[in-house]
Amino acid sequence: MMKTDTIAGIATAMTNSGIGIIRISGERAIPIIKEIFRPRNTKKDMETVESYTAHYGFIEENGEVIDECIVLVMKAPSTYTREDVVEIDSHGGVVVMKKILELVLRHGARPAEPGEFTKRAFLNGRIDLSQAEAVMDLISAKNEFAMESSLKQLRGSVRKKIESLRKEIIHQVAFIESALDDPEHYNVDGYGEELLGVLEPVQKQIDRLIASSSDGKILKEGIKTAIVGKPNAGKSSLLNVMVGEERAIVTEIAGTTRDTLEESIHIHGIPLQIIDTAGIRDTEDIVEKIGVNKAKNVLDEADLVLYVIDGSKELDENDLAIMELIQDKKVITLVNKADLEKKIAVEEVKEKLKEPVIAISAKDETGMEEFYDALKEMFFEGQLEFNDEIYITNMRHKTALINAKESLLQVVESIKQQMPEDFYSIDLMDAYEELGFIIGESLEEDLVNEIFREFCMGK
Amino acid sequence: MAYFEDTYDIVVVGAGHAGCEASLACARLGFETICFTVSMDSVALMPCNPNIGGSSKGHLVREIDALGGEMGKNIDKTYIQSKMLNGSKGPAVHSLRAQADKQKYTYEMRHVMENTEHLTLKQAEVSEILVEDGKVTGVKTYSGATYHAKAVILCTGTYLKARCIYGDVSTYTGPNGLSSADHLTDSLKALGIEMYRFKTGTPARVDKRSIDFSVMEEQKGDEKIVPFSFTNREEDIKKEQISCWLTYTNEKTHEIIRNNIDRSPLYSGMIEGTGPRYCPSVEDKIMKFPDKERHQVFIEPEGEYTNEMYVGGMSSSMPEDVQYEMYRSVKGMENVKIVRNAYAIEYDCINATQLKPSLEFKKIDGLFSGGQFNGSSGYEEAAAQGLMAGINAARKLQGKDPIVLERSDGYIGVLIDDLVTKETHEPYRMMTSRAEYRLLLRQDNADLRLTPIGYEIGLIEQERYDYLVWKKEAIEKEVARLESTYVGGKKEVQELLEKNNSTPLKTAVSLAELIRRPELSYELIAPIDENREELSEDVIEQVNINIKYDGYIRRQLHQVEQAKKLEAKRIPENIVYEEIHNLRKEAIQKLNAIRPVSIGQANRISGVSPSDISVLLIHLDQMRYSS
Repeated sequence: MMKTDTIAGIATAMTNSGIGIIRISGERAIPIIKEIFRPRNTKKDMETVESYTAHYGFIEENGEVIDECIVLVMKAPSTYTREDVVEIDSHGGVVVMKKILELVLRHGARPAEPGEFTKRAFLNGRIDLSQAEAVMDLISAKNEFAMESSLKQLRGSVRKKIESLRKEIIHQVAFIESALDDPEHYNVDGYGEELLGVLEPVQKQIDRLIASSSDGKILKEGIKTAIVGKPNAGKSSLLNVMVGEERAIVTEIAGTTRDTLEESIHIHGIPLQIIDTAGIRDTEDIVEKIGVNKAKNVLDEADLVLYVIDGSKELDENDLAIMELIQDKKVITLVNKADLEKKIAVEEVKEKLKEPVIAISAKDETGMEEFYDALKEMFFEGQLEFNDEIYITNMRHKTALINAKESLLQVVESIKQQMPEDFYSIDLMDAYEELGFIIGESLEEDLVNEIFREFCMGK
Repeated sequence: MAYFEDTYDIVVVGAGHAGCEASLACARLGFETICFTVSMDSVALMPCNPNIGGSSKGHLVREIDALGGEMGKNIDKTYIQSKMLNGSKGPAVHSLRAQADKQKYTYEMRHVMENTEHLTLKQAEVSEILVEDGKVTGVKTYSGATYHAKAVILCTGTYLKARCIYGDVSTYTGPNGLSSADHLTDSLKALGIEMYRFKTGTPARVDKRSIDFSVMEEQKGDEKIVPFSFTNREEDIKKEQISCWLTYTNEKTHEIIRNNIDRSPLYSGMIEGTGPRYCPSVEDKIMKFPDKERHQVFIEPEGEYTNEMYVGGMSSSMPEDVQYEMYRSVKGMENVKIVRNAYAIEYDCINATQLKPSLEFKKIDGLFSGGQFNGSSGYEEAAAQGLMAGINAARKLQGKDPIVLERSDGYIGVLIDDLVTKETHEPYRMMTSRAEYRLLLRQDNADLRLTPIGYEIGLIEQERYDYLVWKKEAIEKEVARLESTYVGGKKEVQELLEKNNSTPLKTAVSLAELIRRPELSYELIAPIDENREELSEDVIEQVNINIKYDGYIRRQLHQVEQAKKLEAKRIPENIVYEEIHNLRKEAIQKLNAIRPVSIGQANRISGVSPSDISVLLIHLDQMRYSS
């Protein structure tokens, strides 16, 4: 085993409630605890106590008690990191925990990097990577769409976005390269101007991603969803089913607050933000009441449209007007009132609209699973794009975006300086590579460190 | 009758562009070398285009020269026209191309070969490679003679089981009707070597007197001659140049081809070999670019003392009568007389992933190969590989580590890495776009990049190396001086700037800063650079480029640094991929086939995904940590 220095970190969440654990690992773990911990049983020598024993006492600095706590001593090699490990269970809250950690550090440990305990465990052969699913998940999440948790779902959308940006960039590189190799068939005259036009939206999208990436921002909003349909098609019943009985009741009691309450709902972990619920809740149809223009605005804003058709009535002008409006949107069409006598067959609607078209009954709550499956499928395949603000939460990704942006600015500079075309691809490739780091397409030489960095501090 | 003839250190099979470089390198490094050729008249033969260099190929020739190879010197002796291509583009894509006098090129190279110490040229067909216990021991000729050697280099070009085809005529010959080598393939197969069958083609040669040049565009050589070899100066080789001519195909040409496409052996299925995408026959061009109204046709002289002209851009395997019809439809060629028909040629070559980056076979110790035999196309690609195979065969005998150029060292590095890493299913042609770091891999700095390596190998003489060291210092000194010499808004400075449409100065700037302006250069600011010493042209060129493109060069260097980290992660030779959990089956298969030497190389194998590489990286880290 490699000789390593001693590391320490707070292994639990930094909240003011409950117990916190400070973990120390390495050769100096036990000597340090001996120096700073006074056991209640003063005869105890921390250096000779058995492995896997707990000891009650006080953490002291210059004779002053900082906290009373329980200390767990675990000796190499049967520990998480295969090194000597000491854990201090404190219950003094954030300030006290920080104080204890600082004390430990002053006694010869250094702060653990994020994920460093796990990294040591892994590198010391304590955990086999092939079995350490958490680690492997992180790797595979970079490469596959198979996402399980909602966090990974979000990564799926990031991936989609980054891929499209990279595709745009590599397309330009490919053109330049082709022109260099085959000037007879590819002409680069005036290409700089053209490239500027192509890069502008790419830069804007990167800017938006960067702007959205303020640290630790939590998922606040979801997929902006509009529910449309003519009066009495069953929009509000559908919403009620989606929101769930309980909430609907709360809503009615709360009265005026209901709209805000309903703003965000989760369907199988997929966040939906329903737009203009007021318009839906009113008996009048939005197309009629607030006019086509307003409806258009609502639709413009929407990432997803749920179009509710009254299956017990023939399609009329209202339906045709709505179909026209939602033509270019991502739409799930729900043929409602399957419980009543059918006037419109699902097949008939499919001829007019894109899939998916699903028969439901909001009243009987039938067909809802099929609808949710369709929603999930759209989401997992990355068809649904939504508010960028939730995308970038990882600092590494943010750095990559900033680097990519700088490289593109460099390209713009080269164009303005009228550099020969072959110079553009140097910085275009840099931007391409940087974006690749976000989705695991570019290789990081220091992969192990990068992976473990994604773990929480102290783990 | 079988008999033992002689013992050499190294046997080279083939005396084309690869074979010549390989033989010369081995002999010059002091090894007794014998080079076999099927015909003494085809030493360094140019059976296709009459030029050396061109886009990215010119880089290869400069690099060959910088390492101590012969091709650059030979074309400098025998060129009849010289051009720097892409002059209006950045320095990375400037590419030197020279038209050759083909006959003279052959004779000159043969002369060098014949007069090199330790080198024997011999006309004979090698039919068998002798191997004992996985180690090469020599070769056997078709006539029954056995030659013992410690290393053998295969440079068989397009001769193995070669077949030439046009229309329904097919002959079992090598290029130009030379005899093919029909027996070696079987021996190679028996040794377990995987063979491919590739094809390439060449256009017709036509009689100069039958062409109306008055309706064509004249393509003259450059005023200023840049020699291929760093050992030559312009005045050493300057001469009267001969022009080429440009004309175009037209709708009628295309119609003739379309109407007869079923008679093309390429399309009738008569040719099975895979052809190069980037050097297509004219029928391929017409079929693949149906919207293109015309294609360029270059009429290039085959030499000074011949009327034969090469019809560049119109290689074909159409029947003879269609060839006449199609060539005669081209403007200026209405009455053309064909001297030699266009034809396609099929030949055996290998899957080069069977080679190590040193160009030695992974499975047969001491057996090396280079050139078209490795699945490449082009004289320059062949010569580059021949040189490296020769160097590494010699180094093996010297007990030294092989020289493996990296992708950031030169186009040669890119070429060989591509060949041994990426399975090519068509003849591999060097292209600018294949080089990631081309701003660093310029044709103008090949000597600075590679001559120190050539010196270490022993192919660069002391005097030449000393000059290089001096040159390098002179460049660095001058760049440093320009970076630290400041000028203010003096009258003569502002006047000079104004004269060159450059913004006047508000504050003092360094001379380097001025050179960096697109509209200025080292030469242009001479009047305001008072302490300038007179420097040679090659030094000035480097100073200019290094200053002007400084930012780009630094960014590219950074890219190289990043990539080198992956190259530096070596994969142990005895790694067992099957034992690594989470590697996909396909990845295991590919990794086993290529056996990459580094993570960098593994990353370039198609079919190995980034997640496979991640798994591999982690595995290596774990191995390293626990050992």
